[in-house]
Amino acid sequence: MKILVALKQVPARDSQLRVRPSNEWIEDADLQFEINEPDAYALEEALQLKEKHGGEVVVLCAGPESAATQIREALAKGADRAIHVEADLAGQDTLEVARLLAKAVESEKPDLILTGLQSDDLGYGQTGVVLAELLGLPHATIIMQVEIDGSTLRVKRELEDGWFQFVSMPLPALLTIQSGINKLRYATLMGIKKAKSKEIRKLDPAGLGAVAGSSVKLARVYLPQRNKQTQMIEGSAPEQAAKLVEKLRFEVRVL
Amino acid sequence: MNGILVIIESTASGLHKLSLEALAAGQQLAKDAGQPLWAAILGSGDVIARLDKLYRVEDPALASYTADGYTNALAALIQSIDPAFVLLPHTYQVRDFGPKLATRFGQVLVSDVIGYRLDGTALVLQRQLFQGKLNADFTPATGSRVFASVQAGSFRSDTLEAGSPAVEVFAPALDASAIRQVPEPPFRESARAVDLTAADIIVSVGRGIKEQENIAIVEQLAKAMGAELAASRPICDNGWLPMERQVGSSGQTVAPKVYLAVGISGAIQHLVGMKGAKTIVAINKDPNAPIFEVADYGIVGDLFEVVPALTEAVKKAKSA
Repeated sequence: MKILVALKQVPARDSQLRVRPSNEWIEDADLQFEINEPDAYALEEALQLKEKHGGEVVVLCAGPESAATQIREALAKGADRAIHVEADLAGQDTLEVARLLAKAVESEKPDLILTGLQSDDLGYGQTGVVLAELLGLPHATIIMQVEIDGSTLRVKRELEDGWFQFVSMPLPALLTIQSGINKLRYATLMGIKKAKSKEIRKLDPAGLGAVAGSSVKLARVYLPQRNKQTQMIEGSAPEQAAKLVEKLRFEVRVL
Repeated sequence: MNGILVIIESTASGLHKLSLEALAAGQQLAKDAGQPLWAAILGSGDVIARLDKLYRVEDPALASYTADGYTNALAALIQSIDPAFVLLPHTYQVRDFGPKLATRFGQVLVSDVIGYRLDGTALVLQRQLFQGKLNADFTPATGSRVFASVQAGSFRSDTLEAGSPAVEVFAPALDASAIRQVPEPPFRESARAVDLTAADIIVSVGRGIKEQENIAIVEQLAKAMGAELAASRPICDNGWLPMERQVGSSGQTVAPKVYLAVGISGAIQHLVGMKGAKTIVAINKDPNAPIFEVADYGIVGDLFEVVPALTEAVKKAKSA
């Protein structure tokens, strides 16, 4: 079976973010990047499904040239080949990006498409669902377990408050994967070596013929306003501890 | 195109609380924009709020929730009543069908909105980026239908104006064979042994703890304080603490007297689960961590020094 995994390059988790003076975006020239963590769980799930059912795992990534590093990492972990839509995503909304991905996928006809449930930068949490609608595929989100039986998919959706639900649908389908569904693997040295000769097909977004035009514009990025007056407790660790205990006893009245 | 449509979610135990918050947002927007306010409910439940009309969307194929069924039914309603704004609560269910519905109309769902303002007739929607580190203003294209989902706690359901709306049944005449998902009944995995909502004091641990064996130092603090131990999602994903100790949008929502967040950055998914705590204390080495925005008391420092010192100080105070 052919499993497509859509992954995104995002700034590394601990990055110190600075807003550009123009407020239009962050200063990203000196940032470290990584695979969006939820997408890493989707990739791991795809690799485990391939180990169980056979077939191939194809990585799909829309992003700048530098995203090639994250694509190679996915190939090193065991994906078979990749499609890189080399695009600067700045200024494009979810629908525009999903349209590019849909065009890139057109000729592939995968059995299953997996994405992370959200990106840790923009956090819209919907590219997968939008892609499913554009491709006319059934979908389910926030998935904690995947079972494939012939051409039927049965998946466990995570619901609120500790509830879960199994739902079935026919393949081909799209799923957005929840973190914690599996344990992420590390790329092995052998995997890194093999990745060097795996195919990364580059696509030019201009040539894809996707419908252009945004419906929502990101107008301004800024630091959140501090609404709360936080009392910052200073000093050495023992001093901070003592001061906090005093506050808890006499201001908060616990302990 | 005119009017604000709020989508109400019903659960086995009544209307979903977040729906009432979305309705409060709708009432406010209806006043600001001078447009009528409607609500739509798929499923049972009474909506006792001031509205121009409540639509009961009914079809045999909607007996159980499916992404296909709900999208097709609501798309038919939207085609019929032509609202300018569609507001939804940012629930798990809306995350499943909301983006599909917006795409059906060639629009983007502006999700997890924390606020809005109207600059004349231009709507500006506020969202968070980078897991709460930054905020951003989004502007929908003029003349486009706006789809937005509202973050938990951003609008208050206690500001909802009561009323007895006119009710109209809307029958979308769905093609049941077009619905591809076949759902089974929802279930809970195990009886919850830990009820975090009953705890007065919670000590919660996040990624800053680095290794599983380090959790012991936080456990000691919890014990000294007589507190329940909780965690952010990544700790539970790693299997370091059981899922039932998770606080956040996919875990428990708590409002204890004191919530002590240790090595937790304060990502949106975690904050929605604890920002209702009476007093929040945060210990983190990063002074820019979003957790400090909701904290009443903050300690910027190395938790591996601060936490043991705190345990000692608590023990000392209690024995005095």
